[in-house]
Amino acid sequence: MAVVETRRLTKVFKKAEEGAVNDVDLVTRDGEFLVFLGPSGSGKSTLLRMIAGLEEPTRGDVLIGGDVVTDLPPRARGIAMVFQSYALYPHLSVEQNIGFPLKAHGVPKPKRRERVEWAAGLLGIGHLLGRKPRELSGGERQRVALARALVREPTVFLLDEPLSNLDAKLRASAREELTSFHKRVRTTTIYVTHDQVEAMAMGDRIVVLNKGIVRQIGTPHEVYDEPADTFVATFLGSPPMNLVEDTDFIAGFRPESVVPAAMVRGPSAPIRLRIRLVEFLGSERVLHGVIDGGRFDGRKVVSRVATAASGGLGEGEAHDFAVPASEVKFFDRATGKRAAPRELSWR
Amino acid sequence: MAGPRRSPLTRLGRWLIVIGFAVLLAFPFYWMAITTFKQTSDLYNVEHDPFVFNAAPTLDHLRLLFGETLFLRWFWNTTVAGAAVVAITLVLAVPAAWALARLTGQWGQQLGIGIFLTYLVPPTLLFIPMSRVVSWLGLQDTLWAIIVTYPTFTVPFSIWLLMGFFKAIPRDLEDAALVDGLTRFGAFVKLVIPISVSGILTVVIFSFTLVTQEFVYALTFISSAEHQTVGVGVPIYLVRGDVYYWGSLMAACLITSLPIAVVYNLFLDRFIAGFTVGAVK
Repeated sequence: MAVVETRRLTKVFKKAEEGAVNDVDLVTRDGEFLVFLGPSGSGKSTLLRMIAGLEEPTRGDVLIGGDVVTDLPPRARGIAMVFQSYALYPHLSVEQNIGFPLKAHGVPKPKRRERVEWAAGLLGIGHLLGRKPRELSGGERQRVALARALVREPTVFLLDEPLSNLDAKLRASAREELTSFHKRVRTTTIYVTHDQVEAMAMGDRIVVLNKGIVRQIGTPHEVYDEPADTFVATFLGSPPMNLVEDTDFIAGFRPESVVPAAMVRGPSAPIRLRIRLVEFLGSERVLHGVIDGGRFDGRKVVSRVATAASGGLGEGEAHDFAVPASEVKFFDRATGKRAAPRELSWR
Repeated sequence: MAGPRRSPLTRLGRWLIVIGFAVLLAFPFYWMAITTFKQTSDLYNVEHDPFVFNAAPTLDHLRLLFGETLFLRWFWNTTVAGAAVVAITLVLAVPAAWALARLTGQWGQQLGIGIFLTYLVPPTLLFIPMSRVVSWLGLQDTLWAIIVTYPTFTVPFSIWLLMGFFKAIPRDLEDAALVDGLTRFGAFVKLVIPISVSGILTVVIFSFTLVTQEFVYALTFISSAEHQTVGVGVPIYLVRGDVYYWGSLMAACLITSLPIAVVYNLFLDRFIAGFTVGAVK
């Protein structure tokens, strides 16, 4: 168990600025499941690789368990990593793959065997020990990679998009397994993903990154309900938050906050929408509309309404909706940063 | 194999192609073998069917080869020089190729091309300056003359070949080994080399066959019969003026090429690509 800390950690690549990391300061909590979330090129993988010691920082420091490890090679950092590609050693059996870190650290053979069986048992792959990686399915490979990571009980787990090579169904069950696995071992884990669903479902806290800059660090609730800027507001949530620009500010509200006017109690902002397109998603409908009349006439707004409550809402019709006042977030128009709440007039 | 059932005609076509190639590739061995054991009079009679024995087989040609030439000596020289050249090539080319493929970035690619270009200078030009170097080193008329000069073309080619193999190894694999507790050198020895066995075997075979067939350097640097290799000794001593000792020539070729063919076939599966399948994804 250990805390990972980065201090003004920066990576500048010679050719492209994309993917570089700028002055990242963050501290994990002991035993935490921390998720780095961002689009591709946001620098999340580079940040993880610097923590692992696979990428040399341009400046700044990495601390693990309170010690500066910036100049230590990966093998001396007490970490284990799972790669997106799993990176199983193709010429070794599953047993040798899992035992590889132990062998590299000079663990004697009987002890090694015991640890490998323990790790394989934990992930339910005991029957695969004699196989080669090429004889495994995607899900099995992912478990072998995980077993190899946990076999020597590292102080920190680093996971680089470990689920992105699995198909959708398998991904959901692997996600749940990973979460319950973390709850059991309680090892500090840093998990990199571009998938907001994974981040929201698994993270104790989420670090939202864009263009190498930390946009927000917070619990899934915080980053969803109280986004720090318009990037976080639109990156999280599907469909993304509606943003309506005014002269000096931007008003943002989530699609599920836009509900038929009759259903809203308490103070709210009324809004009349002409529905352009209705997507049926089973329990919900997503209504793509434009504001009809008033100061914001013609702006696109998306609404997500429970199917049961959207009976009379058809394409081409205009209906009255409302957004509860507490659900409207305000952002500074120039910087995109969160701004103080204010009175919003639609008319 | 699972898969759609092919029509009989398609299967017949495939078999014909496979059999055609097999015959084509096996024919030289058959020709060498039958010539080795044919009587000279049988060989030279144009009335005879050349594909079969028309007179009783004979061991005369083998007696000539082993009794009246230094063939065994040449065979031994070739083996020693071949082993030495293979060793030197591996020691130089494997680390160089890895460094060029991984550590030097864009520079590595340029440098790799530069190294490969040196391979394109033909030995028929290089043997003149090389002979000066050999005599300056005092190695003329020894086996060492070819042991030190052959790597000048085996090494560049092998570097180029191995660079391709090393580049095909996913970087994640090395990173995983670094995280799992190895040094960069450790990862190279315990991971990169075992995964690249097929490439390394290709280099071994390439370098060794080159030693058995090279002619220009061996001919110019070595003059005494007891230091020569098969590639030079056999044609010099079994072609006298316009008299070709075909039976013995073919015997020498057969004896030299069979071991290489056998070794090659033993490792055939290793040469087939796809060895790293299953490492990633």
